[in-house]
Amino acid sequence: MTVEFTLNGRPRTVRTEEERSLLEVLREDLGLTGTKYGCGEGDCRACTVLIDGKPTPSCLTAIKELDGKKVLTIEGLADGEQLHAVQRAFLEAGALQCGYCVPGMILAAAALLERDPAPDDDAIVAGMNGNICRCCGYVNILEAVRLASRRKEASR
Amino acid sequence: MSPRLTREERSLEPERYELDEGPAYRFDLGRREFLGVLGAGLLVTASAAEALAQQRRRPGGRGDDGGTIADRVHIGADGAITVLTGKVEVGQGSRTQISMAAAEELRVPLASVRLVMADSSLSPDDGGTYGSRTTPATIPRVRRACAAARELLAETAARQWRVDRAAVSVREGKVVEDGTDRVATFAELVGRHFADGLQREVQTGVTVTSVSEWRILGTSRGRVNGSEIVTGRHRYPSDMRRPGTLHGVVLRPPSFGATLAAIDLAAARSIDGVVAVRDGDFAGFAAPTSWLARKAREAVSGTARWNETSHPDGDALYEHLKEHSREGGSRFGRRGGRPRERGSVDEAIKSAARVLRATYHIAYVQHAPMETRAALAEWDAGSVTVWTGTQNPSRVRDQVAEAFRISEERVRVIVPDTGGGFGGKHTGEVAIEAARLAREAGKPVAVQWTREEEFTWAYFRPAGVIELAGGLDGAGKLMAWEQTNYNSGASALATSYDVPNSRSRYRSSDAPLRQGAYRALASTANVFARECFMDELAATAGVDPLDFRLRHLGDARLRAVLEAAAERFRWSERVRATRGSGRRGVGLGCGTEKGSYAAACAEVEVSPETGRYRVVEVCQAFECGAIQNPDNLRAQVEGCIVQGLGGALSEEIRFRDGRIRNASFSSYRVPRFRNVPAIDTVLVDRPDLPSVGGGETPIVAVAPAVGNALFAAAGVRIRSLPLRGEGFRSA
Repeated sequence: MTVEFTLNGRPRTVRTEEERSLLEVLREDLGLTGTKYGCGEGDCRACTVLIDGKPTPSCLTAIKELDGKKVLTIEGLADGEQLHAVQRAFLEAGALQCGYCVPGMILAAAALLERDPAPDDDAIVAGMNGNICRCCGYVNILEAVRLASRRKEASR
Repeated sequence: MSPRLTREERSLEPERYELDEGPAYRFDLGRREFLGVLGAGLLVTASAAEALAQQRRRPGGRGDDGGTIADRVHIGADGAITVLTGKVEVGQGSRTQISMAAAEELRVPLASVRLVMADSSLSPDDGGTYGSRTTPATIPRVRRACAAARELLAETAARQWRVDRAAVSVREGKVVEDGTDRVATFAELVGRHFADGLQREVQTGVTVTSVSEWRILGTSRGRVNGSEIVTGRHRYPSDMRRPGTLHGVVLRPPSFGATLAAIDLAAARSIDGVVAVRDGDFAGFAAPTSWLARKAREAVSGTARWNETSHPDGDALYEHLKEHSREGGSRFGRRGGRPRERGSVDEAIKSAARVLRATYHIAYVQHAPMETRAALAEWDAGSVTVWTGTQNPSRVRDQVAEAFRISEERVRVIVPDTGGGFGGKHTGEVAIEAARLAREAGKPVAVQWTREEEFTWAYFRPAGVIELAGGLDGAGKLMAWEQTNYNSGASALATSYDVPNSRSRYRSSDAPLRQGAYRALASTANVFARECFMDELAATAGVDPLDFRLRHLGDARLRAVLEAAAERFRWSERVRATRGSGRRGVGLGCGTEKGSYAAACAEVEVSPETGRYRVVEVCQAFECGAIQNPDNLRAQVEGCIVQGLGGALSEEIRFRDGRIRNASFSSYRVPRFRNVPAIDTVLVDRPDLPSVGGGETPIVAVAPAVGNALFAAAGVRIRSLPLRGEGFRSA
């Protein structure tokens, strides 16, 4: 089937089998390997992308569901060479060890801060609890989200 | 080729715990003659490092200081600095730390160093990345080689300028004549004399920068490739692609040990674009998309006939391990074998005023790195290159060479910075699978295991039974100690306490699951059992757990971390504040392994009504000599604390009939944001002591601190990992 959607700000037409997952199409057909496979069951959220701004596990999203939607992957988050505030905060807070969960974490955090620019720790935990970091670097990731939130608030 | 270890390393690395098992696959290799298979051609990036490495006198390199400067360091005609190591980056921060060490000795900014890691045709053999060996073994080698290169630069400049060597120094990325304005860049010095000099052996006595003069080491530095990671540009092993890459999947047996009696591949082969191969017990499928490869597998999986074998019952695991145990066994670590005894334990137990005995159980757990096993393989004229995530590239090279019956020179293993390891990626099965499919397809093939495959077909941290006995004299002094470990391993088995009569024994067993290395391996189990049992003895003696330990602890470094953690945690105050509350309790634990020292205090809150408990806080002190990158060390310690909580509270592999029953993140519970307590970390810096690794040992003291806190809160002693039972479990 043919699916037309917006990918990282650009219109995209994909012709493929309709049951294939968005994750697989991104990684195998479109060369966008920043979105990671972690479990294929929506349990770890390493494959998080934003669909119409909402964090969504791309492993559970069939390509046919995307018609007319806006998809943002980690590759589309920065504005050219200008990193997104959450990306900068992850670097500053040292919020990565192996880094494999980081694209999903960053997109989940970016969406959280869009909804709630000044979340308290409980709100961050609730918003990010679906994302697993097996290096267990949660302390620094929490700090990164707090840091990005403070920056966002300060720039308002 | 196995890593060559020095005698010192052998003694410091008692438990590499490599799996001792036959090859993953015994290939027949099919109809086509191997040399007739044409790959798509390997595009080699022509780098200066590569050209240099190919000229090396000893391809394959050497792990000891017998290597040349050129084995480690290259400075290009443009001044670009390339440093080489066989170590891998799996999240522990080795890329940044090794780059820091090189920059320190070469007197250049950190960003000037390009580090080539774990490429078997370029890197020196530094051994596998395990046992916390990067900091104490590899970093010194890198430092010596870079210091020798710095000396060579100075010597080259002195020669060119016809001045005394002593008048020349290297600083801020340049070579200068002291007291003059004469300056040369590195690029200006890279001529014939320098190139010849690079072939010199690195002398073990070469002077490296002392800790007091460190400018880069000892400071907190973020990941050198951090911006690649936060933008999604970094290519992990599972992201590697070559032109024309196919995606592969494997048909897995229904249970462990099952062999493939027959399969009809016709239906798979009839699908356009699909390559299907059966070779012995291996049946795999490759196609332009993994979706199509899975379709091909589905089309034929019903035709497969498997011969299954019988398996021990997972519910009777601990009985099985004990019944099938035997003394020692070299498979299970070099400290296995004969019991180690000091004094006479039997006599001391007989004469003790009080004797305590207890048995602890340790469940199987899995590493479950976020990136499952993955490999891309590509053949070219009878040689194969695999990009894969492994902590032991030379072992993977051996395994691939063995599987295809080719010499190791025909196998190149490249390890891109990988999505987690924790001791779980020492083997090369996925590399072999990708290579087998690539050989059949005549095209590059990428394979990434599913999470279920990883949970099922990777290996596990060994389960175990640990028996303890302790004898106290009339004054509450510990006179006798005995600890016996069945199956889970011998590391940190000997007690850290001063006991006049002590014995430790390790007994290997017939393990029902495939088991192997894990972060800190058996020291987590042995320290858990020892530290909980010390609490039992302290309670019997009627002594505060901290005081009881300090009375028996002569090891100054272990005492120092225990006291540091207790002080930061305000141990005595919090004991008083929680005692008798029936809801809250505090506990502690400490241990040493791989030359570093950890002590943890924890507070637990329990609901007596439901038996649910939660960890409120963990405070840990850690010491590993002179700290090289404080922020990274802190992240490792915090990661160990939380990963340690996973094994302490919830992680447990369940199995029956040769199948894993909880092969998913929904049924195998790893820590999430919600499970993270307040964490307080004290890094004890010892600039007077050699730096050792910090990525493993900080995991050992967490579980006993929590178990002891649970006892203090609820009065119930739970003698198992995870800490569950008697109506109690983590919330």
